[in-house]
Amino acid sequence: MSAVGTIGAAGPSDAILPKRGGWRGRLADLLWRRPGLLLLLMLMPPVLWLAVVYLGSLLALLLQSFFSIDEFSGLIDRSFTLKTYGELLRPANLDIIVRTVTMAALVTLAAAVVAFPIAYFAARYARGKWKALFYLGVMLPLWSSYLVKVYAWKLILAKEGILTWLLQKLHLAWLLDGWLALPVVGGSSLSLSATGTFVVFLYVWLPFMILPLQASLERVPANLLEASADLGATPQQTFRNVVFPLALPGLAAGSIFTFSLTLGDYIIPQIIGTSRLFIGQAVYAHQGTAGNIPLAAAFTVVPIVVMGLYLWGARRMGAFDAL
Amino acid sequence: MTFAVSFQKVSRHFGAVRAVDGVDLDIRPGEFFAMLGPSGSGKTTCLRLIAGFERPTAGHIEIFGARAEAIPPYRRNVNTVFQDYALFPHLNVVDNVAYGLMIKGVPKAARRREAGAALEMVKMPGYGDRRPGQLSGGQRQRVALARALVNRPRVLLLDEPLGALDLKLRENMQEELKTLQKSLGITFVFVTHDQGEALSMADRVAVFNDGRLMQLGTPQEIYGSPNSRFVADFVGSSNVLPPVLVERCAGQRRWASLRPEAVKIGAPGRLSATVVSRAYLGGATRLGLDVEGQRINALVPAGEALPAEGETVRLGFADEDLHLMEPG
Amino acid sequence: MRSDTSPPGLRIAAAAGLAFLHLPILLIFVYAFTTEDKSYQWPPPGLTLDWLAVTWNRPDVWAALSLSLEVAAVSTAIALVLGTLCAASVSGSRFFGRETISLLVILPIALPGIITGIALRSAFSLAEIPFSQWTIILGHATFCVVVVYNNAIARFRRVSGSLLEASYDLGADGLQTFRHVILPNIGTALVAGGMLAFALSFDEVIVTTFTAGQQQTLPIWMLEELVRPRQRPVTNVVAMVVVLVTLLPILAAYYLTRDGDQVAGSGK
Repeated sequence: MSAVGTIGAAGPSDAILPKRGGWRGRLADLLWRRPGLLLLLMLMPPVLWLAVVYLGSLLALLLQSFFSIDEFSGLIDRSFTLKTYGELLRPANLDIIVRTVTMAALVTLAAAVVAFPIAYFAARYARGKWKALFYLGVMLPLWSSYLVKVYAWKLILAKEGILTWLLQKLHLAWLLDGWLALPVVGGSSLSLSATGTFVVFLYVWLPFMILPLQASLERVPANLLEASADLGATPQQTFRNVVFPLALPGLAAGSIFTFSLTLGDYIIPQIIGTSRLFIGQAVYAHQGTAGNIPLAAAFTVVPIVVMGLYLWGARRMGAFDAL
Repeated sequence: MTFAVSFQKVSRHFGAVRAVDGVDLDIRPGEFFAMLGPSGSGKTTCLRLIAGFERPTAGHIEIFGARAEAIPPYRRNVNTVFQDYALFPHLNVVDNVAYGLMIKGVPKAARRREAGAALEMVKMPGYGDRRPGQLSGGQRQRVALARALVNRPRVLLLDEPLGALDLKLRENMQEELKTLQKSLGITFVFVTHDQGEALSMADRVAVFNDGRLMQLGTPQEIYGSPNSRFVADFVGSSNVLPPVLVERCAGQRRWASLRPEAVKIGAPGRLSATVVSRAYLGGATRLGLDVEGQRINALVPAGEALPAEGETVRLGFADEDLHLMEPG
Repeated sequence: MRSDTSPPGLRIAAAAGLAFLHLPILLIFVYAFTTEDKSYQWPPPGLTLDWLAVTWNRPDVWAALSLSLEVAAVSTAIALVLGTLCAASVSGSRFFGRETISLLVILPIALPGIITGIALRSAFSLAEIPFSQWTIILGHATFCVVVVYNNAIARFRRVSGSLLEASYDLGADGLQTFRHVILPNIGTALVAGGMLAFALSFDEVIVTTFTAGQQQTLPIWMLEELVRPRQRPVTNVVAMVVVLVTLLPILAAYYLTRDGDQVAGSGK
């Protein structure tokens, strides 16, 4: 207790310290007195940026979907009309929308099936070092270059590429030829078929399904599984009645990503697949060479509306808790 | 007299919630002052008003005679030991303790010296290089104490300082805090929901409920003569007698409190009771008694004769042990 | 307890899934050294280091690389400022419209990139802003904010209310508290967020195709090669370099944030 004497030996007048001088002291006091002002100052730059740059652009885009293009002059007629939306319903355009939504749904479904074992293993069995390894094992492909990933598949799916070579070595080339001969899914080679597009979509968006799924599976308490086994359930029954319902929010969250990303992508079907268009490609084509910004804008409204419906449904399943 | 802290009709409302409601309170310099109450009673908000983290919606606060309600916490010579200790995780122990001195601009060598002395005072010498994460709860508490005291505050605020410690550590710390406070002469204000802690440590206790100050007095006054049913109920295990019984014993139709140890079994009893339960407590036995449907506890010291369960006994007490409460 | 062993079927499926994720990227490394320059032939007829030198001497690759680095650096800087401010205000207080602001931050990444891209492009043309590297940066900064925000907000929550109060209590005003308590605690999260933002910007192609005029970032250069392959060997080498360049900041970000909060998994 040697320091006791030096502590607490102050006069009564110093209970309140004097104001600090200078602009710093005044600024600090002002921000203390008006916490709202500080909040406003902090929020202003990001909100202004996002509201002006981003929301402004989005609104401008939406606005243009109500314009139309003059078919003879190719100029944009800036008067309000629903004509452009009407064009969306043309068979050729409807075809594009149906194709894209079907692909998004298939990719989402397949991603869920492939992601589940990885997520389940990482959440329930992987420990310590393995857990970190699994986490990185999903994060690295997620963050690796999108174009490089697509490029890698162009190498794999090429006619002279590794997959054909592998199937030949296994004497299964007839299987590939048979598949490619099928209508819709087939084509002259895998990299020029809808199957190829599907595989690449699945590959590129898979990590976006694994992460939220794993997050929701982490929250399934192990003792719940034991309780189920204790009550005489087989592993299959436990899975169906306990694990799956609890994983559903994560599944829904992951599917938001896979669905939305597939809906909006225009690069993958451009590089790998048939010449049939997806929504993204249609948007790109209409705004670019055709110069039909109104139709391109109307096309972008489709994924927004589809995603809106999807989010509304997912929210009812509690998907946002797992994001 | 200049009070260390003085509340004049202080209120702090959060929307419709009256966390603190018209509190008048004076804390004397050099006193060990406890604010006692259940959670949500307003005691912690009172502490935060003294520290400056909250500003009153009405009323005045003075600290050593100076108006303080508009003064930010960094200009009050008042320091706090937080309930969760709030040690800075990015600083080691000695830099934590020296933080206030660093802000004041004390040179590095001097502040390290003072921080070292403060750590010695709380019996943590040699821990300076550790990180808060490497310390136990009790050790963190001592560091938090040193970090506050090194600034030589006029008032030290302690928010549930012993809440997270186990029983044995708690008793040690209670004693140490008491000794420290006496030797430093700093005004200590501490918040607790543990009536035993408040009664055993404080010079005076303020009991809060629903944002209002219910009673202010020495531990003896609070314990011995609670002025309301709430205080009687909350501070220890006092019996509360309804007006019907009180009228029969004392002639006044008022609520009253009666300590269990004041209840005498047998001899010139004014009430008749049935023994419902017996619990051996070591130094004494607690009897649960039923008086016309009213439950009353009595403490019988070891060695005295004990009635059996189900037995009917007379019970009495000295007149001065029955404390009439203020009406309402 | 979770010490039970996994069923072999599950283990195989999980391992196969991880292999599916990683093998294609490894393949890139082999192709960078192939002697074949007319097709994507497998197995490579021979291996050579020549293409590294060829790529090294390509001014167009260097120009694209330097533009990408410049855009990523400036976008990251802007995103760091905006994302940190946003995270600080959203985590520090409760105010009306708080949820709306988190939604506003996430929106540029939640909506498909093509929407962000075409919206920005049509806005530029309406406002008659000529394309330049600044229009690219404008777009990149907008969707990089969320990555910084996600990383920073987790850490801001950890710098809980009582730590800030402890600092005020010990005599530090708001500015001193920011410097001595907030900044040291969120520092690594900001570095991590910045690195991820950098990787995201460096790699971005969808929005960039709409916001770039004649400028070529490295992804744009690659995209052209993918659509119309002209110099396959150079593309192979560039792909390998891109993998390596993005790998480092991601690993660094992981090591900086691994104790406690997760790297922004939903950030991309």
